[in-house]
Amino acid sequence: MNRSQAKLTQGIDWPIVGLYLALVIIGIMSIFAAEYRGDDNVWQDILHPSKNYSRQLIWFGVSIVLAAVIWLTDSKFFTATANLMYAGGLLLLLLVLGIGKDVKGSHSWLVIGGFQFQPAELTKLCTNLALAKYLSSQETDFTKLRSRLIAAALALIPAGIIILQDETGLALVYFSFFLVMFREGLPGVLLVIAFSGIVLVLSALLVDRTILFIIFTVITALVIYFMRREIKRKRSKLALILGVYAFCGLFVMFIVPFVFTKVLKDYQVRRIEVMLGKENDPKATYNTRQSMIAIGSGGFWGKGYLKGTQTRYDFVPEQSTDFIFCTVGEDFGFFGSVIFLGIYVALLFRIIFVAERQRSTFTRVYAYGVASIIFFHLAINIAMTIGLAPVIGIPLPLVSYGGSSLMTFTMLIFILLRLDADRQMVLR
Amino acid sequence: MSVFNQPRKRVIQMIILGMVILIITRLFFLQVVEKKYAKLADANAVLRKVIYPSRGIIYDRQNRSILGNDVLYDLVVTPASVKSIDTGYLCNILKIDKEEFRKRIVTAIIKNGRVRQSVFAPLLAPEVFGQLQESMYLFQPGFELVPRQIRSYPYSAAANILGYIAEISPAMLKDTGNYASYNSGDYLGFTGLEKTYETVLMGQRGIQYLIKDNLNRPQGAYENGEFDSAAVAGRNLRLSLDIELQVLGEKLMKGKSGSIVAIDPQTGGILAMVSGPSFDPNLLTGPYRSANFSKLYTDTTKPLFNRAIQATYPPGSTFKPMIALVGLDEGVITPSFGYPCGGAYYGCSRPIKCEHHDAGHAANLRLALSHSCNSYFSHVYRLSVDAAKFGGIKVGGMQKWADYMNNFGFGHKIGVDIPSEGRGLVPDKKYYDARYKGSWNSCTSVFLGIGQGELLLTPLQMANAMCIVANRGSYYIPHFVASIDNDNTHLLDKYKQKHEVAHISDTAYSAVIHGMTDVVESGTGRIAQIEGISVGGKTGTAENYGIVNGVRTKLKNHAVFVAFAPAEKARIAIAVIVENSGFGAKYAAPIASLMMEKYLKDSISTKRQPLLKTVMETVTIDQAMLAKSHLDSLNQNAVIKKNKP
Repeated sequence: MNRSQAKLTQGIDWPIVGLYLALVIIGIMSIFAAEYRGDDNVWQDILHPSKNYSRQLIWFGVSIVLAAVIWLTDSKFFTATANLMYAGGLLLLLLVLGIGKDVKGSHSWLVIGGFQFQPAELTKLCTNLALAKYLSSQETDFTKLRSRLIAAALALIPAGIIILQDETGLALVYFSFFLVMFREGLPGVLLVIAFSGIVLVLSALLVDRTILFIIFTVITALVIYFMRREIKRKRSKLALILGVYAFCGLFVMFIVPFVFTKVLKDYQVRRIEVMLGKENDPKATYNTRQSMIAIGSGGFWGKGYLKGTQTRYDFVPEQSTDFIFCTVGEDFGFFGSVIFLGIYVALLFRIIFVAERQRSTFTRVYAYGVASIIFFHLAINIAMTIGLAPVIGIPLPLVSYGGSSLMTFTMLIFILLRLDADRQMVLR
Repeated sequence: MSVFNQPRKRVIQMIILGMVILIITRLFFLQVVEKKYAKLADANAVLRKVIYPSRGIIYDRQNRSILGNDVLYDLVVTPASVKSIDTGYLCNILKIDKEEFRKRIVTAIIKNGRVRQSVFAPLLAPEVFGQLQESMYLFQPGFELVPRQIRSYPYSAAANILGYIAEISPAMLKDTGNYASYNSGDYLGFTGLEKTYETVLMGQRGIQYLIKDNLNRPQGAYENGEFDSAAVAGRNLRLSLDIELQVLGEKLMKGKSGSIVAIDPQTGGILAMVSGPSFDPNLLTGPYRSANFSKLYTDTTKPLFNRAIQATYPPGSTFKPMIALVGLDEGVITPSFGYPCGGAYYGCSRPIKCEHHDAGHAANLRLALSHSCNSYFSHVYRLSVDAAKFGGIKVGGMQKWADYMNNFGFGHKIGVDIPSEGRGLVPDKKYYDARYKGSWNSCTSVFLGIGQGELLLTPLQMANAMCIVANRGSYYIPHFVASIDNDNTHLLDKYKQKHEVAHISDTAYSAVIHGMTDVVESGTGRIAQIEGISVGGKTGTAENYGIVNGVRTKLKNHAVFVAFAPAEKARIAIAVIVENSGFGAKYAAPIASLMMEKYLKDSISTKRQPLLKTVMETVTIDQAMLAKSHLDSLNQNAVIKKNKP
């Protein structure tokens, strides 16, 4: 197809572009609010990138260039090179393990020139492409267990390497691909099991083990009692119930304590305990407490832009990166926060809408992947700032300060836009 | 396929919406329902800073500043910024070792954290400050010099009157009734005028609300200073004190234990109040305050003890004019009343000796006073207390006499405006009833008639007695503060009230006053004469008993001299006591006279300079006690330090 004759922006999904720009601009304004002091010379700072907001502005510029390059690239390029990119991504991750640089306790950064770069961000894109490629290929029958295992492996291998880099938070994001797989046919019962699993872990942490064990026993006894007729008809059901019972018991009594004492790092255990309210050490709860104070003090209407005292005077840690939502919460209050979340929901729903209008499985899977990644980031990040999740260092998509993150999300979205623009082309 | 997947899209949308609704619910509780976060945010970000006003200045009657504010410097440290400095050099200047240096840094970190300033060395001595200032660039930015106001006493005098300020004690901080407005680290008046007029002198603290960051560093005004209140400087006090007179008094009392109190009888304003030996008030300000305090506190000469208001003495013969006033006021004698004294009073079982035995030396009140006839005043005392109109001594006479004494300001705190005043002792009916179990009469207390016996007065009360005589029966409560700038208090009200305590005819008064002028002109107090001014005075010798090795022993008498001048309309009334120096005329009278001359004539005549010199050089304090005292060297050091640039 000869696009040079067509209009340059033909087929672009403007609502997504609009939402994208809205979030990036809110992001830069929030970073500015978090850093700005009354006597700063703004224009000078913008010209000399000494502040995070001015650097983010530069990253935004780079991102626009990147978006333009992607827009001008043939969409076939992405399908063709998906596996190559995935391999390249893995290689980069392994490279970081070897020659990476330690930044804030995680061994996940590469230094190229003067810039720091986090490959773990980029591999989300590679993994998404590879997963889309695999699920859309003719040979893949996703109803088969083998295919599902391969898909899961595609998602979890990078996560494994990232955990080795001490970036547990970023690794968690790779679990978002299960949402995509669910959309592509993974049984719904898995979601139920996953949800039950989370409940199980939480209850194992919150409730005394013996009491929990007694509760399990009582529930099992009741289930057996009420299902006694069905069990009489089919003996295997009893085995299943007892199996679940045995697993839960084992899980609560041994696996959770084992994971907590042997697998997780001390600080991770503490963060989880902080989130659950078990740990009251003011030092450990500092981040969450300050972040909640900042957001909570915003009230309904907020203190007004640049009027927040908590974010501006460094009470909130990591306030231009992981805790950027505090600025929105403090300056714009509940009202602003709901609108802010509304923009994200609109973006996610628009992406799902775009996904569903595809004829190509590749694009659909890819689009769901983008939505899932953004959703996971959003949910974990904001839940963390308001004390619903333990402190996990992952950025708020498009808003948090950080070049790697902004560029990755820009690429994720613009590749989607490119693919979407070409949806009429052929079945891929 | 599309149909099959439709519900899954919905499920995913539901998951997203569910999560967002969960977040919004939580936000609703955090931001709208829960109010504590706004308060916590303010607690986080608003720094309440107290702005200290400068303390009020104290002026003497000639508007000379006698207690002002000086600036000294604290060396403060920000531990986090202390990097690669020459610790050895700094230690050298501060004269501390490296161990002490480390200890202070650690203390600072414990107290205020690494990024906030703590005092490293408070109130640097001027020479240390000088040295530091020159090389400060070497120690910055970890160390800074911060100015701090301290009190300064330019005349190095009136220590016990002015008092000192010190940091509030933990016990006071707990007393939220009286010290609610003070914070830890605040300074307040502990003694003297600094204490009495604390509320006036301290001024009004200002409060500044500052935005602070996470490390408590101020970042600017909160809400543009809308809630700030400005500091109001302390109000100044204007005293009746004459600082030059005070300085002269302190010089005169050098090497002597005792006191001088001089009052302007027309206002009750105190002109000078000396407690000898005195100390340099600058010792109790600045960097060496606590060290000096303990030295002064333990010194054998007890310089912190304000003898003028705290020590009590039997007034001796100086009390005789008061006996006369009571007798006249009660009407038991007239000025022409005489007593045939033959050298002793035989009215009671034990004769009371009199200095004179020539006939007619007590033929009337004036003569009796000028000759200080013991018999006369013993008799007048007995007449007063035994007077039939009060039903005799045990019914009303003794009590009536004690009431007179109380009205004169004796036997209770007279109410001067500095704390720790003594009461003295005026024995009354109850006292004798208790002591003699009811079997007593006017002979039991006859020694009161000559100012001995149980009677005890503070030097201030003795001076006030002279005011009563000079004023012909009235006085104002002696006080220092004549006025407070922009006064809106009622602190001075009681000093403006005239106390009429005797109602005696002018002719009767003339007899008393002439009796006293005679003392100076021709009697025992001739040394107190001042050229061109008629002085009324009375010498006295206070018998003095002390416990020596567990036995009550008679010690060397205290010399007492009371006087007022000019006799016609007195502008100064004075009482002088020189402990253990013998007869009143010897040291007490010249001191009183020199003080009066200085006050009334503004200078001391050349003729009397040798006397001045002799008195100043005389040492009456027990040599053994003096040998153990460090007061002189302390005062010397204070002067040297003050004069250094």
